[in-house]
Amino acid sequence: MSERKSDGPTAMERFIGGLLPENPVYRQILGICPTLAVTNTMEGALTMGLAAAFVLLCSNVLVSLIRPLLKPHLRILIFTLTIATFVTIADRVLAAFLYDMSKQLGPYIPLIIVNCIIIARCEICASKQSVGTAAADALGQSLGFTLGLMSIATVREILGFGTWFGRWLGWRVVPEVAPAYWSNWVIMILPPGAFLTLGLLLGVFNALTAKKGKAA
Amino acid sequence: MKGSYIGQAWLAIVLASAFGAALAGVHAGLGPRIAANRLNDTLSQIPALVPGAAKGEPLEVAGRLVYRAVDAAGAPVGWVVPAGGQGFADRIELLIGLDRAADRITGLYILQQNETPGLGNRVAEDAFRNRFRDQAAGAPLRVVKGRAGGAGEIEAVTGATVSSDSVTAIVNGAAARFRRERPDAP
Repeated sequence: MSERKSDGPTAMERFIGGLLPENPVYRQILGICPTLAVTNTMEGALTMGLAAAFVLLCSNVLVSLIRPLLKPHLRILIFTLTIATFVTIADRVLAAFLYDMSKQLGPYIPLIIVNCIIIARCEICASKQSVGTAAADALGQSLGFTLGLMSIATVREILGFGTWFGRWLGWRVVPEVAPAYWSNWVIMILPPGAFLTLGLLLGVFNALTAKKGKAA
Repeated sequence: MKGSYIGQAWLAIVLASAFGAALAGVHAGLGPRIAANRLNDTLSQIPALVPGAAKGEPLEVAGRLVYRAVDAAGAPVGWVVPAGGQGFADRIELLIGLDRAADRITGLYILQQNETPGLGNRVAEDAFRNRFRDQAAGAPLRVVKGRAGGAGEIEAVTGATVSSDSVTAIVNGAAARFRRERPDAP
């Protein structure tokens, strides 16, 4: 039996966990506000995923570095302060270097501050484990978040616009045909389509993991 | 009692100061680039908004910023008037292209809008914007639904009446105001 440091799960376990077993969108059901809002295009999903990854990594590393100094009754305040700073930096960097994307995502980048995934990882992992583990956790969770966003965005963009990465790459998936044969499902780009897609994909995810559990 | 509160919160105070300084630095560093992006968004549209324009010269008219569109030789060919107002969801900012006498609208460009995706945000697409081209700027434009608009009429985007009304109202107001206030008004 290998000896385990009583720190908690290892860095690799944290990383793998964030991808599927503890996927923030499909398992933890966290960060649903941006998941529903920005997944009508692949570009929005990818940019949101990368921005959240930047904030999550920086916050986890910083919180892990100052974890001996944290007081229990002030820790949430410190987490929020840290997250808000990095989100503001990410927002300004986007406005400076990806202005069109910044215009498209609008208020949803500043809303990363209240994305529950980030503060949850600070609380569960970064405030208790070493910098390396916290960084691995951040990478795993943000990769899981991005995959979740991109899976929903794929469905919504293809059915709602007929394209995939239409803004950046201009790929059409559904060929342009007369509306008599196919018209875009406008509901897919609107909020009801977001809820429907998330619900159905969540059902598929649960069914797949339940089957795996039974077979094991 | 008082001393122990500050003593306990020292980390929050130190971090707040450090983060504030970091953000001030980021803003100072990136601020000019972001302002340039916004300005570029406006300036890069001027050739498309006024036929024959090569660039725009900023000018203040009655306290508002407008652009005199000039051709490559520097001769004035028209005007580009920034305007804004309430849309369906949030504020809409746009640019109106006018000819030299501010009698005809030569183009429209939406700088910023948060209208409903797939419906209201189609006001930013070429199909709707082109309906403003060659319309007279002297009288307010009317929005019509369900049929193509004639002179003085703008056909609304299907399913986005409020967004279409908002854009038309912004254009009417800004065009009328500019016609009154422009430097060479008769």
